[in-house]
Amino acid sequence: MALLTVDNLSVTFTGNNQRPVRAVDGVSFGMDEGEVLGLVGESGCGKSVTSLALMGLLPTRGVEVGGRVHFDGTDVLSLPSRRLRDMRGSQLAMIFQDPLSSLNPVVPIGRQVTETLRRHKGMRGRAARDRAAELLDRVGIPDPARRLTEYPHQLSGGMRQRALIAMAVACAPRLLIADEPTTALDVTIQAQILDLLGELARSEGTSLLMITHDLGVVAGLCDNINVLYAGRVIEVSSRKQLFASPHHPYTAGLLGSVPRLDAPRGEALTPIRGSINDTIDWDDGCAFAPRCDHYTMECLTGTPELVRAGEGHQHRCVNPVNLDPGSAHADRPDPVAEGGNVR
Amino acid sequence: MFRYIVKRLLQLIPALFGLSILLFFWLRLLPGGPENTLLPDDASAQQREALRESLGLNEPIIVQYGLFLERLGNFDFGNSLQTGRPVMDEFTTRFPATAELAIAAMLIAVCVGIPLGYFAARKRGSFLDSSAVAGSLLGICIPVFFLAAMLKVVFAEKLGWLPSAFRLDAGARFTEITGFRVLDSVLTGEFDVTASALGHLILPGLALSSIPLAVITRMTRASVLEVLGQDYVRTAESKGLQPTVVRTRHVLRNAMLPVITAIGLLTGSLLAGAVLTESVFAFGGIGSFIYESTQQRDYPAILGFLMLIAIIYVVVNLLVDLSYTLFDPRVRVR
Ligand SMILES: Nc1ncnc2c1ncn2[C@@H]1O[C@H](COP(=O)(O)OP(=O)(O)OP(=O)(O)O)[C@@H](O)[C@H]1O
Ligand code: SF4
Ligand SMILES: [Mg+2]
Repeated sequence: MALLTVDNLSVTFTGNNQRPVRAVDGVSFGMDEGEVLGLVGESGCGKSVTSLALMGLLPTRGVEVGGRVHFDGTDVLSLPSRRLRDMRGSQLAMIFQDPLSSLNPVVPIGRQVTETLRRHKGMRGRAARDRAAELLDRVGIPDPARRLTEYPHQLSGGMRQRALIAMAVACAPRLLIADEPTTALDVTIQAQILDLLGELARSEGTSLLMITHDLGVVAGLCDNINVLYAGRVIEVSSRKQLFASPHHPYTAGLLGSVPRLDAPRGEALTPIRGSINDTIDWDDGCAFAPRCDHYTMECLTGTPELVRAGEGHQHRCVNPVNLDPGSAHADRPDPVAEGGNVR
Repeated sequence: MFRYIVKRLLQLIPALFGLSILLFFWLRLLPGGPENTLLPDDASAQQREALRESLGLNEPIIVQYGLFLERLGNFDFGNSLQTGRPVMDEFTTRFPATAELAIAAMLIAVCVGIPLGYFAARKRGSFLDSSAVAGSLLGICIPVFFLAAMLKVVFAEKLGWLPSAFRLDAGARFTEITGFRVLDSVLTGEFDVTASALGHLILPGLALSSIPLAVITRMTRASVLEVLGQDYVRTAESKGLQPTVVRTRHVLRNAMLPVITAIGLLTGSLLAGAVLTESVFAFGGIGSFIYESTQQRDYPAILGFLMLIAIIYVVVNLLVDLSYTLFDPRVRVR
């Protein structure tokens, strides 16, 4: 049975005197026990908002959440906050993007680890401290007993992220959500943290939802990958197939597998032109159309469906690439000029 | 740590030196002199001149200042012209009253302001929040002197709920140890005196607390609002911690840091406010003495008192800064 099922999740921010922002627009995916799933998308496409929704951490005021999230058969979105708190930290845990700002600056590292153990395992005093030291050791922090008494500012960036990981895995959660856990770190440290996460997930059998804007990050780690664009899943695939033959032009662009012939010589490859702001409403058609080199009029007649194309491979595109080479169309109307509702 | 304290105290010396020069020359620029206030109105010009001469006021001002410094070297601020007693003695007998009043005011401000600011932030936009914001604006705007007078008229004179003047009921017998009446009476077990002393502190304490209360309320509110949006609060929530733990360990502990700094800086305005409050309630602290000394052109007393206040201000701020290092591990004392 699936451990996590996300069905048509939508999140809309309804600020006081601004028009509503739909940050997540009908995201659906599932995760099995022990699976390592990558959730990939550009900055601003709704990755963090999705992960906060899964954790039940979105603010209660000014946010509308739709759809369903089932974790181990429990409906997370309608769970009373007490039950949700019991689940958070013990079954579901999360690692955040910026380790420095995610740690309390005035509380020793040790206390920040033991407070989780105390809350969910009832461990206190010596037992909790010993367990915390074990956890720090487990995530590769040298001299853990001394580190327990130190404060976040005394640790390096990589060590801070390791400490956050130790806190997240303290109660052996079944699902670990990592929201861009390496973005704030430098490259060599990034690789170490990714190795650690992969190794922890595999050895403990923890499911890992790896959220990133960088396909390179998930390349070595994930079993399956979901690609997100403008608040929707646009491609679902095993890692192998995705890298071998991405079907959605956006994914293909991310992978740089579709070199643009008109790119000036000597210029670095810019896989996708435009930015996430060049988009149209999903209700009017494919949100990627303004940036797509493959669009046709069909792309602008309502939301493209997520269609299956092979074993475990789905895409949301009417003119998928890498299926058969002749499918790309030559006539490309300007979707904005065609009456697309530009956000 | 020890070196830091010594360094901070040594920094005090040039500051005090500068302050003494400023005050010394500024006081001499005030119109009139002690010969006009200490002697009766019908005193002759010769009598006035004789007094100036005997006080050394006819020496060149540089010479006067030199003499002042020489005495200061022996921790001697000279004698008060009004009372003839050493300025230092006048200060030590009066200071406990002011300190007691200032502590009472700060306690009121902290015990009311921090919870008020915290709940205003938690219930942002609520009636409580807008009342706290409006009330603190009022607290900053209302002159302390006016507030003190109003409180006295309403609660002491009209309603008669609380005493209107002095530090104790008339005729109360008490044992003096430190001069802090609340503390002394608790030490000696004279609890009726404690009650009386506390009763006499309420109105002046309330009046004097208006500015620190307003500042602490606003500061706490702003600081809590900021901390509530911090990533580490979200991390704490992602661990499933109980709301009380999140609020105390993660929100309040961080939100208090700027408030602690503000408390140190407020000591200055507290001492200034004490001058006005004490005179309304005839409280008999250093405030009213400074006021009278200024009226009387009691040069040594004004100079001595202001310099002693400056020292106390710096020491209090040093203590606040030191206690800050207990709360914020990022601040290292070298
Ligand atoms: N509190 C909020 N109020 C209003 N809009 C918000 C809020 N939080 C996020 N959004 C909007 O939701 C969209 C998705 O944000 P999200 O943080 O999920 O992006 P992301 O994919 O995590 O990007 P990044 O890679 O930069 O972290 C953004 O366009 C953002 O403007
Ligand atoms: S649906 Fe059309 S516009 Fe959207 S990605 Fe596919 S080809 Fe491009
Ligand atoms: Mg994000």
